[in-house]
Amino acid sequence: MTNGNFDFALAIGGSAGQGIATPGDTLARIVARRGLHLSTYNAYQSIIRGGHIFLTVRIAEQEVRSHGDKLDLLLALNQDTMDRHLRLLGSGAAALYNSDDVSPGDAGDGVQLCPLPVKEITGLQRVGLNQNTVALGAMMHLLGLDFSLLETSIAQQFARKGEEVVNENVRVALAGYTHAQENFVPYPDPMPEGGEPLAVWSGNEALAMGGAAAGVKFYAAYPMSPSTGVLHWYAQNARSLGIMVRQVEDEIGVANMIVGAAHAGARAMCATSGGGFALMTEAIGAASMMEIPCVFINVQRAGPSTGVPTKTEQGDLWQALGASQGDFERFVVSPLDALDAYNTVPELFNLADKLQCPGIILSDLLISEGRYSIHPRDIEFHPAIDRGALVDEGAASGGEYLRYKDTPSGVSPRALPGTPGHVHIVATDEHDEDSMLLSDEFTNPHRRRASVEKRARKFQDAASLIAPPEIEGPADAEATLVGWGSTAGVIAEAIEQLAERGVTANRLAVKWLIPLHAEEIAAALSGRKFIIVENNYSGQFARYLRSETGLSAYGHVRKYDGEPFAPHHIADGVADLLGGEGGVFVPRQEVIV
Amino acid sequence: MTTTTIELTPKDFKGKVDPDWCPGCGDFGVLNALQRAASELGMQPHEIVTVSGIGCSSNLPGYINTYGAHTLHGRSLAFATGVKMANHDLNVIATGGDGDGYGIGGNHFTHTARRNVDLTYVVMNNQIYGLTTGQVSPTSRIGQKTKSTPFGSVEYPINPITSAIMNGATYVARAYSGDVKHLTDLIKGGIRHKGFALIDVFSPCVTFNLDNSHNFFKARVRKLEDEGHDTDDWAAACEKAMAWGDEIYVGKFFHMENDKESLTDLEPVLRDGPIAKRQGGLTEEQADRIIQRMM
Repeated sequence: MTNGNFDFALAIGGSAGQGIATPGDTLARIVARRGLHLSTYNAYQSIIRGGHIFLTVRIAEQEVRSHGDKLDLLLALNQDTMDRHLRLLGSGAAALYNSDDVSPGDAGDGVQLCPLPVKEITGLQRVGLNQNTVALGAMMHLLGLDFSLLETSIAQQFARKGEEVVNENVRVALAGYTHAQENFVPYPDPMPEGGEPLAVWSGNEALAMGGAAAGVKFYAAYPMSPSTGVLHWYAQNARSLGIMVRQVEDEIGVANMIVGAAHAGARAMCATSGGGFALMTEAIGAASMMEIPCVFINVQRAGPSTGVPTKTEQGDLWQALGASQGDFERFVVSPLDALDAYNTVPELFNLADKLQCPGIILSDLLISEGRYSIHPRDIEFHPAIDRGALVDEGAASGGEYLRYKDTPSGVSPRALPGTPGHVHIVATDEHDEDSMLLSDEFTNPHRRRASVEKRARKFQDAASLIAPPEIEGPADAEATLVGWGSTAGVIAEAIEQLAERGVTANRLAVKWLIPLHAEEIAAALSGRKFIIVENNYSGQFARYLRSETGLSAYGHVRKYDGEPFAPHHIADGVADLLGGEGGVFVPRQEVIV
Repeated sequence: MTTTTIELTPKDFKGKVDPDWCPGCGDFGVLNALQRAASELGMQPHEIVTVSGIGCSSNLPGYINTYGAHTLHGRSLAFATGVKMANHDLNVIATGGDGDGYGIGGNHFTHTARRNVDLTYVVMNNQIYGLTTGQVSPTSRIGQKTKSTPFGSVEYPINPITSAIMNGATYVARAYSGDVKHLTDLIKGGIRHKGFALIDVFSPCVTFNLDNSHNFFKARVRKLEDEGHDTDDWAAACEKAMAWGDEIYVGKFFHMENDKESLTDLEPVLRDGPIAKRQGGLTEEQADRIIQRMM
């Protein structure tokens, strides 16, 4: 019996081209259908063949908020994986490997070595990707799962390839299962039944789906890791949903195209990573100046420049804060997890439409490429859609229409091109109420001031439109852990670990960066010993928070080696900082991938 | 989607302000021709979106009574593609200069032609950067002296006509802005054409490019219509387009009427009408289908 505390992590390692994703997906679906929660993180490199790939799958009865700290099962598809990771296994863990090609080396005490003589048990001379299927069969036994679950999954997965392929895969899987039954000791706690079946999604799929639910009708992109999953979702689904997808020649084209489509009235969105986002920035300012609502997603990866394309980082905060020249109005938001990413998209579109300005979403590789279980009922498929102040297409022009009418709220009703009687111009040059350019010969300092103030007025109370962050956890905690974006989940798990060590901590997870709830945050943190946790070198959020609130943190936990935080990295850091006099703690990454 | 039958004159397409171009600027002829073309085609101001980039000529949307977008330098075609794809009921006309379109916007020029987006692109080609007071442009001739090439340019110019044909444009014309009637006809042909239409217009800069003046063109332009040119023949079109000397050809170089569909025709999502007019998110059925695939 697991008492609801079943919490198991397995990892599959090999080189690119060895087909790691397929057994990972198969297993994830089996587990999610069983109603168990799941968080996966794939460590990989920018390579199509070769290198080292390491997929971690954490499975638990309770919700999981990170890929965790420990490893219970290692599937080593090549010698490199065995050499790198066998040392990570502790007592009670097991290592599965194809003993035709891989030899184990020295395992720790209590580690079960599970060699699979794949050629012998399958009768195959050329094994190839079949070794993954054999291993999946063996895993079913180790995890105490019925073989029929795998059989069903294989039948679905290979259905399109015909009965012969299905049968062959089932045959080799069964060979692995039978061999395991005869030779390996299963884990003492079999994988339990969870609740209702769960679905599986990645953060990128969540962002794309959030757009579809928000009524996005135009999506454009240039492929760039780790944002390309959003493009792939739209490419696969958009046609049946009546959404247009364009792959454009460069990110400059992408950005300007979505601004054009948004101007014509479609909800329009694009996603990229830091390098592509750099190319988009001029258009973001243009959208703000022309007062056209649209959404730009930056899925951050390790920078600077081309950086480490397949590794995670929270290094683009200041890039997003400074994305375009001049003072201008826009939202910047960093979702806290995949579901939050989904919910953020319609919320941001409504805000952007209301205040007629662009919105920027800062995701990162960790959220976007991680795969997570999600209960279907937790996905709000029909969020409220508010297009803001729009002139009805059939509206008669009651006299002169002023696109940039100077209103008390700063918001001027928008007429879409094609509306009779409301012909107007939108301009990136400074302009007056009637779109007349204030540059060139019409320069007028007083009109310029009025135009700047009209747009700025829209944002005076923008912070009141969204929820401020709140302290979660015990009010009298020794320390408050402050994070932004994707670190929220791992911080929560670190707090649980700290509690086991006798340290009480609570959490402040910041999502909205512009507008920042500076007053509320200052009030929440005043008098507290707070530690800022972020996935970058220079403490970008710490500097931003200080600039907006004047508050300085007691300490900092920072990681910038490309891999995400594991809970114990943060717990170790907090314990270390509290035991000393603050400062910066940089955890050491143990899993070398 | 004409909502009224009142016939409009070119004057009805006059914008709220007068152009701030230099007296004698070639762009006046282009503006005039656009207004005439819209009037002669029986169009209404709200059915047209004029999109420009940045530069002297890109100020044009302010001077014409249509929906207008004065976008970023070089980005008119990307923005215009977005507008057209979101609402293909609109007639989208992109305007701008040679630096805007063939220099900083060169990548979009290539790919908008390749996609055969149903746009009319009118480039006021003065072979100079005027608004920045006279630097070399992508269409300046080799040897031309400008503020940024005081000893003469050592770079060859781009040929907009051959480039457009090679990139896949399906209506490619060149005009001289001093002949407004001829230009008007070419613009009308471009607007009527289903696909990407380029009208490259010699539009002299009387302030910063004294080499390629009105007199220079008046003495040299020859109409292809008078030469028996076959507009189906892309090779002949390219040969004619390369001529630069005592005789410089204007007129319709290339026109592929039916053999290549426009992006509007090819994009299945547009078969149910403009996407900008489809509001709302997912239906129950769509949501079900999505969740089933995730289970």
